[in-house]
Amino acid sequence: MNNDKYIEVQGIEQTFKTQKGPFPALRDIQLTVAKGEFVALIGHSGCGKSTLLNLLAGLTTPTRGTLICANREIKGPGPERAVVFQNHSLLPWLTCFENVYLAVERVFGASSRVTGVPAENKAQLRARTDAALALVGLSAAAHKRPGEISGGMKQRVGIARALSMEPQVLLMDEPFGALDALTRAKLQDELLAIVAKTRSTVVMVTHDVDEAVLLSDRIVMMTNGPAATIGEILTVDLPRPRSRVALAEDVRYLHCRKAVIDFLYTRQAHVEKLVA
Amino acid sequence: MVSAVFHSPLKPAATNPLPARTAMTTITDNAAAAAPPAEAPAPHPPSRPRLDWRGLWLRVLPPVLGIGLLVLVWELVALRSTNGFPSPLETWKQALTVFGNPFYSNGPNDQGVGWNVLSSLKRVGMGFGLAALVGIPAGFLIGRFTFLSRMFNPLISLLRPVSPLAWLPIGLLVFKGANPAAIWTIFICSIWPMVINTAVGVQRVPSDYMNVARVLNLSEWKIATRILLPAVLPYTLTGVRLAVGTAWLVIVAAEMLTGGVGIGFWVWDEWNNLNVKNIIIAIFVIGIVGLVLEYALIKLATAFTFEEVKS
Repeated sequence: MNNDKYIEVQGIEQTFKTQKGPFPALRDIQLTVAKGEFVALIGHSGCGKSTLLNLLAGLTTPTRGTLICANREIKGPGPERAVVFQNHSLLPWLTCFENVYLAVERVFGASSRVTGVPAENKAQLRARTDAALALVGLSAAAHKRPGEISGGMKQRVGIARALSMEPQVLLMDEPFGALDALTRAKLQDELLAIVAKTRSTVVMVTHDVDEAVLLSDRIVMMTNGPAATIGEILTVDLPRPRSRVALAEDVRYLHCRKAVIDFLYTRQAHVEKLVA
Repeated sequence: MVSAVFHSPLKPAATNPLPARTAMTTITDNAAAAAPPAEAPAPHPPSRPRLDWRGLWLRVLPPVLGIGLLVLVWELVALRSTNGFPSPLETWKQALTVFGNPFYSNGPNDQGVGWNVLSSLKRVGMGFGLAALVGIPAGFLIGRFTFLSRMFNPLISLLRPVSPLAWLPIGLLVFKGANPAAIWTIFICSIWPMVINTAVGVQRVPSDYMNVARVLNLSEWKIATRILLPAVLPYTLTGVRLAVGTAWLVIVAAEMLTGGVGIGFWVWDEWNNLNVKNIIIAIFVIGIVGLVLEYALIKLATAFTFEEVKS
């Protein structure tokens, strides 16, 4: 397996049918992601970054082009590409434990025909669920329903659910977008630690410049829609482990940050209002 | 999809605490203002909090006034009436005798009010139960598969506005009996709210939940039990509530036509006896039973309503 081209996006074009006729969302997307790499997709709203993530998840199919993950074409959603949704998407009638268990049971509760791994018993499944909740520091809230915990905790359960599946790829759609700045910073640090531990391949959609620079190995900057495409890819050459405090005055960090801000606010200054 | 009514079952529960709370704060304010001079010399032991008289008064007074108004109007009508309209007091006395022995039975045409209510409830229960057995699964299928939705929507739109009593002759013809015909009428009138609400509920399951199901690649069985059923349950229970309400409305009319034992028949029978007091008692009984059914189902629906994902 070619580890440098773990995910390959080849010539993707996505056009949506709307009442006003076809709407071109994405064109000419070419992207490769290496195994274990952390890639951030950044751009103004409406630039199709979530559309690209949904394509990677397999939730939608492209109008043209192919997507390949681990040498296989992406034909539909599957637990090997776990998604952390923007609004956590926990099932409100299940406890945090049950929400995670649903995923664990699906992935490890049946014997795999492909790999020949036998099914795990219930004690093992429960242990996996507990471990996933412990990873995000939520063991104490395991038996609460989503309605009884805070927004940050819900998002952590969503991350625990995704990580519990031991996915090959972790896809995150603005996972911290709805949180306050302090909670967001805390979860970003947790995510850094978890990813360092699990060495997951991550593609994350964000609109937060600091988040992108802090977390990712490469930042994919997208041009404005319609018919958005990749404008520039910035390699974030900062050593890991990264600390947000130390980086705050780091010249390379500030340089990366400046590059992204330049792209977003100078070259891709939002033109939506002028058009409208 | 045909439009559905989705009442939030939380609403009546949510409006209640407010007046109580405001009343509570005013009372504590008063107590705080009055407390130092009055209670300083004799320190009270930490007894239970004082009864919230004012709050209680504001809660009890308006309903009592409402009922009082009804009785007053009724009394005035009875006073002016020349054709034997009974006064509230006469009706009350009659009610005491009627309810003194609710379960007597002197042959099929003369039974206690208890038996009449029970046989009406039995008919409603059977017709409504059959409708739930058919209607809720049908609603699921119609909601889940667009093909079935397009297939049945014209039929539902056509049949739903038909007055339930129009189905009674068909029931009499097919089942050749008054009782099955009444049950059939209940069935046909209570099935629509359940079909429609369940179908709308299935169609409105948040796409986030379905995306979770797709990413996890859940089996159709897991999707049904873990996502669809709990997500649709509040909608279905609203349908059930509407259906029971309609069924209870219709049973009285159906029994007036079919006869036999039942609260509707009792009303008609007392009309033939020109016993207006019993008719008024029957009206109250019908209202109270309907109220109890409604309240029980609201409680049930509240227990199964969960916080939605806010997108």
